[in-house]
Amino acid sequence: MTTITVMYFAWVRERIGLPREQVETGATTVADLIDELKAREERYEMAFADLASLRVALDQELSSFDAPLAGAREVAFFPPMTGG
Amino acid sequence: MRLSVQEAAFDLGAEANAFAAGISGAGAIVTFTGVVRDNGGQLSAMEIEHYPGMTERAISAIMDQAMARWSLADALVIHRHGRLTAHEPIMMVATAARHRADAFAAAEFLMDYLKSRAPFWKKEIGADGAEWVAARDEDEAALSRW
Repeated sequence: MTTITVMYFAWVRERIGLPREQVETGATTVADLIDELKAREERYEMAFADLASLRVALDQELSSFDAPLAGAREVAFFPPMTGG
Repeated sequence: MRLSVQEAAFDLGAEANAFAAGISGAGAIVTFTGVVRDNGGQLSAMEIEHYPGMTERAISAIMDQAMARWSLADALVIHRHGRLTAHEPIMMVATAARHRADAFAAAEFLMDYLKSRAPFWKKEIGADGAEWVAARDEDEAALSRW
């Protein structure tokens, strides 16, 4: 088990109800971590219901759901970006 | 090359003049400014959230790519976050090059990548409530031309 910082932005943050939390996890991939979070409470289940509408960053670099967590300290979930 | 991610408003003219004054050897300067649309008077404010740390990293990487790909004398990106009202400038991009083709192309490249690869999220606050702005398929598709 390792402790990672999980961050949420925009409507993902609103649905889960907090901007960041420390998560103790044994997950090896992003997808495993999502499964663990979804199993916790309904608000997580709702936030992660449609992965096509979500993006993930590992240590501030865009990544993918099948990526290994491989020592990442910070995992962020958010909708597609709308900059500019 | 300068990047500023800031909450404070900026002065378009002053920023463009300062950018131009710092450049030598360029024959072309292109500036682009994005402003908050008023949605026909329905918008009371726009809130822009971002991911501090990743925002700066992502934009710096995009600027490095632009500098490497085109023959640029300099580049500038300013992007605001926080609460903005209609008609306020949200962001600006400036590029300087010896000839205009490079300056235009690099500015468009920077804009296309800022739209869908810089971690900002816009929320429109109107009379009927608030709504997150959805990413547009065209913006993602625009990346394929580069």
